[in-house]
Amino acid sequence: MPVPNDTSAKFAAYAHPGRLVSTEWVAEHAKDPDVVLVESDEDVLLYETGHIPGAVKVDWHTELNDPVTRDYVDGEAFARLMSDKGIGRDSTIVVYGDKSNWWAAYALWVFTLFGHEDVRLMDGGRAKWIEEGRDITTEVPSPAPGEYPVVARDDARIRAYLPQVRESIGTVPMIDVRSDDEYTGRRTHMPNYPEEGALRGGHIPTARSVPWARAANEDGTFKSADELRTIYQQELGLEPNQDIIAYCRIGERSSHTWFVLEHLLGFDNVRNYDGSWTEWGNAVRVPIVQGDEPGEAPAAS
Amino acid sequence: MTETATELPAALQEIVDEFAELPPQDRLQLLLEFSNGLPELPSRFQDHPELLEPVPECQSPIFLITEVEDDDTVRLYFSAPPEAPTTRGFAGILQEGLDGASADVVAGVPSDLPLRLSLTQAVSPLRLNGMSGMLSRIQRQVAEKTN
Repeated sequence: MPVPNDTSAKFAAYAHPGRLVSTEWVAEHAKDPDVVLVESDEDVLLYETGHIPGAVKVDWHTELNDPVTRDYVDGEAFARLMSDKGIGRDSTIVVYGDKSNWWAAYALWVFTLFGHEDVRLMDGGRAKWIEEGRDITTEVPSPAPGEYPVVARDDARIRAYLPQVRESIGTVPMIDVRSDDEYTGRRTHMPNYPEEGALRGGHIPTARSVPWARAANEDGTFKSADELRTIYQQELGLEPNQDIIAYCRIGERSSHTWFVLEHLLGFDNVRNYDGSWTEWGNAVRVPIVQGDEPGEAPAAS
Repeated sequence: MTETATELPAALQEIVDEFAELPPQDRLQLLLEFSNGLPELPSRFQDHPELLEPVPECQSPIFLITEVEDDDTVRLYFSAPPEAPTTRGFAGILQEGLDGASADVVAGVPSDLPLRLSLTQAVSPLRLNGMSGMLSRIQRQVAEKTN
């Protein structure tokens, strides 16, 4: 039996209302046998300090990334991971995490690379749950192993690689979701400021700056459908059927924006460039623009 | 030229050994213990947070200050929120390993300390950079305060 959606009015206005659930919904459905709660944080120890009862942990660094190649795990490793967490192909996964759900959105995006159908985010993430004084525990569940099938990862629809991004400059709208200082390139030139794993600062030519946080309220929940449409459709003039590429530093903040465009606004062809600035800012002879303006596509050579 | 690793102060070496002896899956638990064990900021600093130096290399907010006593003994103080347990854990290691050491000993801690903690598999490289940031700021402050 399918797990019901959260029918709150805020979510009903989104393009795919089933992709978000509230903390109330989670409190009510956490014990539903078809629901698996997954906490995915930037901070690798945060889950251990306390989490929603019954939630399993998925770590982006040790469990979703391949340990050798800079890539995601393959179908077999993913099947093992999911099975270990007690997740089946038909499970309803609800992901939540720290930092306004950056890493939760990232995990959701990776799960989508493997075509997991029913994966949702908890609006407001970990901070909202704790702020509301709801139960947390340090008890780590030992779920009965699931039987997750080996499914080949399919990157084509929602993931962009550097060569594709490079070819798309000037034809595909790009969104840089990092902070202003990262976008302009100021940050890597500030004295005593740490370099962020990139040799060059700035942004991909033509990319518009829309820091991820513009899509979020103060409490980490997503803004309303109307507010989001104002930013991405009116202000940026993006169309729901257009190809779009989003990037940040390593693809985590842009997963947040990808989620907004794909699921809350219902855009069809949004890709996350997960190589992002730690790849582009280190690559030899790729074009870079510094300063506030998006800049022009370089002339064909 | 042969490469020899610079020796760590005994207290830090003990911590490094403790991590290395644990099976990989238990190392995070030990880091959590350091996180939980990080002493509270003394009230004289709680009332004057502006005295503490931020460490922007860390992905979570952390502030630190050192004191060098008349006999060159170094004291370390950190402030980091509970929702940043990894950063707190690294601060806890530095606190336990270096608080009470002499200024010379602190100055001599090799910068590759974070890489010796047997955590490179479990913790992302940016996180380990953050610990390097804390160490280099501690060393700079101590150098300034002993001159």
